[in-house]
Amino acid sequence: MPADLAALLYLVSGIFFILALRGLSSPETSRQGNYLGMVGMAVAICTTLLFVKMDGTGFALIVGAVAIGGGIGAIIAHRIPMTNMPQLVAAFHSLVGLCAVLVAAAALYEPAAFHIATPAGKLKSLSLVELALGATIGAITFSGSVIAFMKLQGLMSGAPIIFNGRHRLNLALGAAIIVFIVFLTVSSGDVKMAFWIITLIALVLGVMLIIPIGGADMPVVVSMLNSYSGWAAAALGFTLDNNALLITGALVGSSGAILSYIMCKGMNRSFISVIMGGFGADASEAAAGASMDRAARQGSAEDAAFIMKNAGKVIIAPGYGMAVAQAQHALKDMAENLKAQGVDVSYAIHPVAGRMPGHMNVLLAEAQVPYDEVFELEDINSAFATADVAFVIGANDVTNPAAEDDPASPIYGMPVLQVWKAKTVFFVKRSLASGYAGVENPLFFRDNTMMLLGDARKMSESIVKALG
Amino acid sequence: MEAVDPFIFRLAIFVLAVFVGYYVVWSVTPALHTPLMSVTNAISSVIIVGALAAAGAAAANPANPFGKSVGALAVLLASINIFGGFLVTQRMLAMYRKKDTVDVKLKAGE
Repeated sequence: MPADLAALLYLVSGIFFILALRGLSSPETSRQGNYLGMVGMAVAICTTLLFVKMDGTGFALIVGAVAIGGGIGAIIAHRIPMTNMPQLVAAFHSLVGLCAVLVAAAALYEPAAFHIATPAGKLKSLSLVELALGATIGAITFSGSVIAFMKLQGLMSGAPIIFNGRHRLNLALGAAIIVFIVFLTVSSGDVKMAFWIITLIALVLGVMLIIPIGGADMPVVVSMLNSYSGWAAAALGFTLDNNALLITGALVGSSGAILSYIMCKGMNRSFISVIMGGFGADASEAAAGASMDRAARQGSAEDAAFIMKNAGKVIIAPGYGMAVAQAQHALKDMAENLKAQGVDVSYAIHPVAGRMPGHMNVLLAEAQVPYDEVFELEDINSAFATADVAFVIGANDVTNPAAEDDPASPIYGMPVLQVWKAKTVFFVKRSLASGYAGVENPLFFRDNTMMLLGDARKMSESIVKALG
Repeated sequence: MEAVDPFIFRLAIFVLAVFVGYYVVWSVTPALHTPLMSVTNAISSVIIVGALAAAGAAAANPANPFGKSVGALAVLLASINIFGGFLVTQRMLAMYRKKDTVDVKLKAGE
């Protein structure tokens, strides 16, 4: 009876999580959604504390661990700058992955604690397979997220690391994992070493899967690891026979998968080609030399201020460069100033602008830009033709017309913001170098383009000054 | 007919939840994709239920409480994620404002 009640409460918790995600369909309901998520988590934790028989040391351990972990989490959440969200999310994914490995290990060593042991005190074969899968996906999530974190944090180069035969090596590692899972199952979980070998191989595989993927593909990587962390939780939900874990794992797994799909579509690349990696490695060297023989028109902050002041409609297209320069507040000041002078200002966001899904939206929200001034690619692309100014700040590849008219371009077919249709295009950039995809942007050399070379924040501040 | 294996029921819940997730996540507005990632991160830490059971239950062999130690470490990691994930999501969502509310705040002299 208590077990049935617990199972029902876990189901309730899972439903709260579904409602939490449902809340994110609009910013108005999102805050309430987040609270429902917290309630769901509280239900799951209280249910476990009430229904699992605990000894005194166990309870003390739990209280201590929650206090320390919760404190660390709260401090991080409070202090982290919004520009570092991609790293933070990657770091959090790694914790979920590691947690999955640890829980799988605990289930292997102490099946009785989870009431999943057979009368002989062993685990069922099916449980062993589920548990090993959970540990495998968890370990891949952990080491992959650590690499993603290091790339995003700048602790290692964002450039893809590629060597010959890596696909064969990855396949071999995958095959080895399967062999050891079979071995673990056949031994009815007695050969615990097999579990650790599986975990170790999966850790290596996680590193191998992420190092060949370049910086610009990070939105896909972060979404993909999000998805993996969900599948790891779901696998353990099977082992532990827990509805909250099963439902949540499925939700998170499909959420990450959908985000990966949206990001891939935003780059017009297949998921497989992103996973295979290596994009943007060789092309950049070839393109670097080519741009020298053409001249781009450069302008000053004063020129930009004058033209925008007299414009009727300005569309701002932000990119990763805005995040790096922390330019969102200065940009917002510029937009407010223009609006005060009667200019219609809106923002255009490309799905893969930045380093994670929705990265630009969060930064603009941080700068108190109302979200109803911020538009997605498909909603605003037709508006560039009627705009007087397109103000591109820290974005490059996502505005490249070669994606539409040059079949030889590596990014051909990728949906782009049609900024060139505006009467004047301003490019705030540090240099004329090509973007992360390593592709030259012909837009720099067009007659109606003016380059504003410099740091995105300083340039925005100078424009605000010039606007008076 | 013999009784259905409980695994099949679990599988059914899982498959249906994948479908629920599919439809719910497609309806998430792209502007909130970053909070979506941080909140899914927080809820996937519900794996803490496994960690709590491992840390709390009496060890089968008290001389070597491996499961307990591993469980306690997992509780700690999951707690970082739960508190960090929900609170950072809350912080982000609090920043999303509509035009009118921002204007009201500006007029109020903030």
